[in-house]
Parts: sequence; C-alpha cells; structure tokens
Amino acid sequence: MTAILSADSLTIRFGGLAAVDKVSFEVQEREVYTIVGPNGAGKTTILNMISRINHPSEGRICFLGNDITEMPAYRIAGIGIARTFQNIELFEHASVLHNLLVGRHCKSRTNVLQELAFLPSVRKAEMVHREKIEEVMDFLDLQPYRDQYIANLPYGVRKIVELGRALCTEPKLLLLDEPASGLNVEETENVAFWIDDIKNDLGITILMVEHDMSLVSEVSDRVLAMNDGKMIAEGTSAEVQSDPEVLRAYLGA
Amino acid sequence: MRFVFKTSYNQDIQLFKHEGYWWSYGILFVVVATAPLYLGDFEIAELSQAMSFAVAGLGLMLLVGFTGQVSLGHAAFFGIGAYAQAWLLSVLPISFLVAMPIAAAMTGIIGLLLAIPLLRMTGIYLAIGTLALSIVLEQILKNWKSVTGGFDGKAVEPASIMGYQFNPDSWDFYYVSLAILILVLVICANLLRSPTGRAMVAVRDSEISARSMGVNVARTRITAFAISTAITGLGGALFAHKLQYLAPDGFNLIISITFLLMIVVGGLGSLQGAVLGALVVTLIPQAITVAKDYLPDAIAHQPGLEPGIFGLILVVFILYEPLGIYGRWRKLKLFFDIFPIYRKATFKRQKVFLKTERMR
Repeated sequence: MTAILSADSLTIRFGGLAAVDKVSFEVQEREVYTIVGPNGAGKTTILNMISRINHPSEGRICFLGNDITEMPAYRIAGIGIARTFQNIELFEHASVLHNLLVGRHCKSRTNVLQELAFLPSVRKAEMVHREKIEEVMDFLDLQPYRDQYIANLPYGVRKIVELGRALCTEPKLLLLDEPASGLNVEETENVAFWIDDIKNDLGITILMVEHDMSLVSEVSDRVLAMNDGKMIAEGTSAEVQSDPEVLRAYLGA
Repeated sequence: MRFVFKTSYNQDIQLFKHEGYWWSYGILFVVVATAPLYLGDFEIAELSQAMSFAVAGLGLMLLVGFTGQVSLGHAAFFGIGAYAQAWLLSVLPISFLVAMPIAAAMTGIIGLLLAIPLLRMTGIYLAIGTLALSIVLEQILKNWKSVTGGFDGKAVEPASIMGYQFNPDSWDFYYVSLAILILVLVICANLLRSPTGRAMVAVRDSEISARSMGVNVARTRITAFAISTAITGLGGALFAHKLQYLAPDGFNLIISITFLLMIVVGGLGSLQGAVLGALVVTLIPQAITVAKDYLPDAIAHQPGLEPGIFGLILVVFILYEPLGIYGRWRKLKLFFDIFPIYRKATFKRQKVFLKTERMR
C-alpha cells in the first residue's frame, strides 16, 4: 500500500475565515476514502483544492509523489485526477456521447490545423476515443441514453453521466462530490455497487465527499470527519461514527 | 418514424449521419447550383452577397453560438479582411484566390493578438470591448490613408483567373461565392466534430467542468476568437470583390449588429443557422423596399425604418423563437422523425433549481 495522494497541513482562508484549517491526510492506492461532516465543514473546498479550482493559502498537495500545489487546473485531468460535481456540471445542450467525448479531451493530441482539415490521423484518434467511451457506457449501463440530450434526462441519469465523463479521462484517482445527493434509495444502492466496481474492477482510487451515512459505511475503507474546517476524527466508518467529537459536531450535544 | 442503426464508430463521425442527409442536402445543392438558370441577374447578385455574409456569419457563429462569447465588433474583422484583400491585390501580382486565404490569415492573426487582452473579459464587458473595437477600426480606416485610401475609399482589383475576369453581379462570381461558402461550411463542421470544437462547446456550457476535464479554457477561447475572425475576414475578402469599391463607413457598428441579428434569427448554435440568417438579412431590405410602395408616406419615408425593423425582428425572435429559424426546422423534423411521441418539453428551456455560485 502506497499513498497515491497526500495533503499536508492544507489551509485556505476566504477573507478572515479559515474554511479549511491545517488538514492533513493520505489516500492509499485502491481504497475508498470518504470525507464527512456537517454543512460548511470545508469538504467540497478540499476537493476544489485538489482539482486546483481553489488555491490553498498554505500547505502542499502531492499526487503520486509529485507536488501539484502550483499546477494549473486544466492539467489535473491529464495527470490522472478526475472529478464530479455536487450540483452536476454537465454540458446541457449536448448529447451523452458528446459529454463523454469531452471527458476524453485530456487524451487528445491533435492540433487545430489538423482538425480543420479533419485529416485521417484525427479520424483515427476519434475512433480510439469512441472505443473507450463505449466501454464506459457498457460499464455504467448508459447505452439507452447514448444520443439523448442532457436537458432531456432525469436527475439520476445525469449523475451517472457525470460519473461516466470522469471515468472517460482514465483517472487513477476519482474525486466524487456527493455522488448520492438527490438520488432515491434504489439509485443510491446502484451508486454503491458502481463505486465497488470502480475500485475493484478498474483499480481506481476514490476520494469521496458524502452525507448519506448508509452509503459511506457500505463502501468506505477509511473515513475522515471534519467540522468547521478542522479534522476531528479519522478511521473506519464505525470508529468515526462512534467518536464523541463527531457526535457532538452533528448533534450539538 | 426513423430508426438509424449504428454499426460502426465512423457513422457518428461522418458529416452526413444517414442517407436521408445525402438526399436532402443533395437536392439543396442541385437547387442552389442551378439557380443561375432560373433566377435573374439581380437575384443572383443578391445571393452572392448573402453568401459572403453567410461566410462572415459562420465565423461569428463559431464564437457566439458555439463558444458563448459575444462580439459586437465583427464588422471590424469583416473590414480588415476586405481591406487586406484590396491592399494585397494592389501591391502583389497574385491571383485573388491566393490573396483570399492570406487576407483571412492576416485577419486571424490580428484577431489572435486582440483576443489576448480582450478575452480577459467575459459577458457584457467583452461585448463592450469588442464594440469599442468596431468604432476604433472605423477611425483607422478613415485616417490610414496610405493603405486604406481614407475617405476617398479604395478600389478593389477585379477578380480574375488567367485573364478571365469575373463579373461580381453575374453567375460566374456566384459560383466562386458558393464554392467558398461550401468550403467554409466543411471546415467549420470539421472543427466541431473534433476535440477543439467540443472544447469550445464545453466552455460555453460549463467553464468549471471544462477545466476539470482538461480543457485549457483561456486557450480555447483565444483559439475560437482567432478562427472566428479569420473566417469573418475571409467573408470580408469575398465581399470586397462584390463591392468593388471599399469605403470606411461600410464596416461600421450597424454591420456588426446585422451579423449578430443574422445568427440569432438563423439559430444560435447551428451552422445552418448562419446561412439562413444571411439569407433573411439580405432579403429584408428588398422586402422593405417593396413594402414602401404600399405604406403611407409618413411611415415609408421615416428615417431609420430599416434598422428599426431589424431591431423589431431581433426582439420578436428572442422572445418567441430563441432557437431561430433552424431551431424551428429542427423541431419540425423531430416531430416527423419520432412521429407519434413528440413532446413539446424536449426543447423547453429548463429552469435549473440546483445551482450554486460557490464554485466561481
């Protein structure tokens, strides 16, 4: 077991507020690491810092041994970190296929001039992208929606499309921001199965933020609990759920 | 109802997705290619002009319709293309067909250089920035006498190949315009089916997720601006031959707004829309001229009647058919394609309830 991602005393301040305060953790290869905590605890902000949308005020982030704290956001997908968003950030006016193709963008090596003429090399690259996308579609059962526009799809399917788009980048680490929010019980169970499959069959490490404790305890190997930007407990799901600090944070006792 | 069975990846990549397209575009091509046989010289000349507008509109469509960046200054690039063409032909002994891509490339390079500071702005600020561009260029055209001829204007060398001189008001120039329009359409379609085109659409729909998918947003926007201006410049170069004589007030703000009207009326986010819009914009002034005979004098001789009607059409389209003429056509087609199960909500603009601003 080696650490795929490590965060070292990660801190971010918005004005005077420390949204994340000296948080350090390591995610091991091929595990599901979950961050839980009440609203405003700074969970999503941590994902945003890893995907370089927010810049940490202090601390370092290392991925596979390389410091990525200063890397521009658009290069993150290329080095193997993909993510989904809490509120679904799909391309609404495009088909499912098209959305997944955008997920392949970090793998494309053709330049604009070749593309304007649509040279055979571009066509060949497109074929390869499509082959990979077809695998992801089969994996997530997205075939029935292949050519449908996102605007026509129900919420639950959109969540899966977003997961698929992240998988199309062939990531080593997948950041999931509340994969079960807004889903019903049955859909949440499906998500749990897929998370297991992604970990075991595809060998992808998952860092997840989630509120649904049944899902958290079902899939997570380790859990980090946060409150007000600070770490309050780390361990297995059962350990964290019985931690007195965690109970106080959630119940205010 | 139509079922398209997909058996290879190539089918999705093809420009024509199934044989129905071959029929419909084939018939359209025959109708357009034989137009000089059944239309008079006046109509043919108008159509050639519409085609150079359509080329310029396609450039703007890539920027506004596909990348989501508004430009109110595309008349400037249309003008740069036109003057570059006239200037190239006056200083170099080259054919107009060789000069055109050079003029387009020059416009593209100017567009690229301007895009680097301009595209630090978005939305309304970008619109104002490009608006300023339109005004500044008009002054440059008026005052840079050695190149543009200033107020006196600049004559464009007639288009000719190996001694054969094209008449810009006749069928021969019509075919030149048609060929260039088709070429530009293919280039745009190629762009849209490859990674850069998809990145453009991604930037339009959600910048934040485009970035996390590995799209370099700043670079994509600048690329889109450069390609857009180059194509609009090519339209300008074609238009220069149509006009034969360039004057600085031919490329003012009104033209910029006309371009925008063109792509909104035609249908934002579709290449076909730019072409349809160009046709509409060319036909309206003719329709107004005809209508004037039937209107009372007080209205017919009102100054600003034409821009007024243009504005009215723009407002009506934005209110009642935001997808434009091509959008209406797509609805109609879908209705027949999936005949008994069409539902109105398919094209409805949806309210988004779950959206936060905290990622921005």
